[in-house]
Amino acid sequence: MNHTTLVGLILLLPLAGAVFNGLGGLAFRGLRQQKGLIGIVATLAVAVPFGLTLYLFFNYEGEPLLARFFTWIAAGELELSFQYRIDELSLVMTLIVTGVGALIHLYSIGYMHEDRGYWKYFSYLNLFIFMMLNLVLADNLVLLFLGWEGVGLCSYLLIGFWYEDFKNSEAANKAFIVNRVGDAAFLLAMFLLFREVGSLDFGALLADPASLPSGVVAVAVLLLFIGATGKSAQIPLFVWLPDAMAGPTPVSALIHAATMVTSGLYLFARISPLALAAPDVLMVIALVGALTAFMAATIAITQYDIKKALAYSTVSQLGYMFMAAGVGAFFVSIFHVMTHAFFKACLFLGSGSVIHAMHHVEHKLQERGHHGHLDPQDMRNMGGLGRFMPATRTTYLIATLAIAGFPLTAGFFSKDEILFKAFEYGYNGYAYAWIAWILGVVTALLTAFYMMRSYVLTFEGTPRWPMADQVHPHESPATMTLPLWVLAVLSLVGGFVGLPGVIAHGEWNLIHHYLGASGGGPVAEPELPAHVPLAIEWALIGLGVAVALTGLYWSWSAYRRHGLAYDEVLRQRFGVLYRVWAAKYYWDEFYDRIVVQPLLRFARYGLAVFDQKVIDGAVNGMARLMVGIGQRVRRVQTGVVQAYAMAIVLGVALVLALMLFG
Amino acid sequence: MEITLNWYLALGVVLFTLGVLGVLFRRNAIVILMSVELMLNAVNLTLVALSQAMGDVSGQVLVFFVISVAAAEAAVGLAIVIALFRKKVTVDVGAFNLFKY
Repeated sequence: MNHTTLVGLILLLPLAGAVFNGLGGLAFRGLRQQKGLIGIVATLAVAVPFGLTLYLFFNYEGEPLLARFFTWIAAGELELSFQYRIDELSLVMTLIVTGVGALIHLYSIGYMHEDRGYWKYFSYLNLFIFMMLNLVLADNLVLLFLGWEGVGLCSYLLIGFWYEDFKNSEAANKAFIVNRVGDAAFLLAMFLLFREVGSLDFGALLADPASLPSGVVAVAVLLLFIGATGKSAQIPLFVWLPDAMAGPTPVSALIHAATMVTSGLYLFARISPLALAAPDVLMVIALVGALTAFMAATIAITQYDIKKALAYSTVSQLGYMFMAAGVGAFFVSIFHVMTHAFFKACLFLGSGSVIHAMHHVEHKLQERGHHGHLDPQDMRNMGGLGRFMPATRTTYLIATLAIAGFPLTAGFFSKDEILFKAFEYGYNGYAYAWIAWILGVVTALLTAFYMMRSYVLTFEGTPRWPMADQVHPHESPATMTLPLWVLAVLSLVGGFVGLPGVIAHGEWNLIHHYLGASGGGPVAEPELPAHVPLAIEWALIGLGVAVALTGLYWSWSAYRRHGLAYDEVLRQRFGVLYRVWAAKYYWDEFYDRIVVQPLLRFARYGLAVFDQKVIDGAVNGMARLMVGIGQRVRRVQTGVVQAYAMAIVLGVALVLALMLFG
Repeated sequence: MEITLNWYLALGVVLFTLGVLGVLFRRNAIVILMSVELMLNAVNLTLVALSQAMGDVSGQVLVFFVISVAAAEAAVGLAIVIALFRKKVTVDVGAFNLFKY
């Protein structure tokens, strides 16, 4: 089977799954009850592409493969096709998308089992995979953008999945609208690049960045970054991600942790040759990333909703990835994308398992007459779940250690690599990288702290829900715990593909050699003449370990001993700061005041009035004019035949006159 | 003075005009029919005069056609007037204005 057929299958199988479950469910009501069939079709629609991608991966020979299907747009100078590119970068991303995607589909079979919209859910999820694959396999910027918009659409559909609760629809709207702002910037970048280069194929765009005027490249890369801040939730367009937790938890795991939000990072890895030609923009990227990472981590400390804590954690980790991009270490950002996909998906799915269990607790409490709403996502209602849910607890703990950077876990390797690259960049004279590095180290401490806090408050200590001695939760079914175990194992061993430079002079940094330009890969790298001495490198690793262990131990002991009360200690110690963090730095209130309310006022009192008075006035006025004319013209019809005869006579006279004298 | 062709044509014009005015301005349906007959006869007169003046007998042949058509048309017109009279016991054409807006 040649690669074009394989690429076609990889792309079309998820689409076929979406169509089967979506249109089938719409047309045949009976199909909607066949939950087994729906689940299997949907999961296979992602698992089979994963297998096919593995085949491509193992048979890849180092030369990019192009798979062209048909011409999309041919207008004047612009020629775009549905053409896809298989190279190291797209293979890694496709493996992540289909692999983690398949696990989450499997998990969803158990998680969504009681939902009325089961068929719709899997249709949307398959559609998402299709769109995401378009994004990562595209060979031109416009096809990438098609996938970009498509995943935004699926995100909207899935966040607002339980749309009967209006709050969920509002969250979906917020996600889509905020992303749109970024997309506008993306479009402008495409226009600019097309005007300068004449083509939007990656082959043409990335061939010779040095030949393009540096001003244009800088503006284009900056605009693409603004687009990325929307999709990948950085300052200033991150505000939609915490609200997106309104969607089902597997959606949060897949879309808002492992895949869609990493699109911005993939974009930058893909255009890395161009990005390296815009060093000032790289500075902006690194600083924005670092600031976002720090800010989100401080907010995460104060959150009680387990999903919101994980959401801010995701924003923070994405900030790390942009920090890496901002110091030219694009392959490291992809490395962190991969490890983050493993441990963040594990954490989210684990939280889903917990939420599932707490729902059952809520039901059992209601059966026993206990009325009053129990928020299944609020950690203040949890505690001691480890006893009842051992698999969930163990996998969540492993993933927590991974995200904190506990030695030898996946997160340890990728995060330390990011911090090292920032340090190295600063060492080579780029002073801004030091600032990013410092923020990164502090954030690492915070990350370890708040993640362990979420673990302890959920799984350790004494249960805090009512009637805890009689009402117990239970572990989730195998369809849910199996993906948890797979992801936990990956969180442990997934980092070994990127052993740092201190080991054998970086020869065993497999991911570096695979993706990086120095090893023949597509991801560009900067020239860094100054090498950080080995001793300092070891010291940095030591610092990373120390920070991770400090954060983990501090949180573990504090929350084990005091439980929820330790939050009070934090409140006292940080005072005003804690209030700001808990209020999410008032970003939503700020946007509401500066953007949303003025727009709504403008719409309500400006545009609506214009629409009613001017537009409707013109249309209605036109109608009234026609009626008025009609009223007057109809008076010709007097009904008196002689008047008509008169008209005929006059007409004849006129014609005769014209004939005789004209 | 001699009575030339022009006299006959002038007579035809006058008769025709009178007929037209009658059709346009008289309100009695019977009078209107009479005016139509007047117009037809004016045309007949003109045809015969020109036929005599040009020596071509085709004009007089056409007159026969016109006379027979006029007769048939008068019959039909009177039948219509009778039907209208049965509806509205009047022959005033101003009373029949169902086509009025």
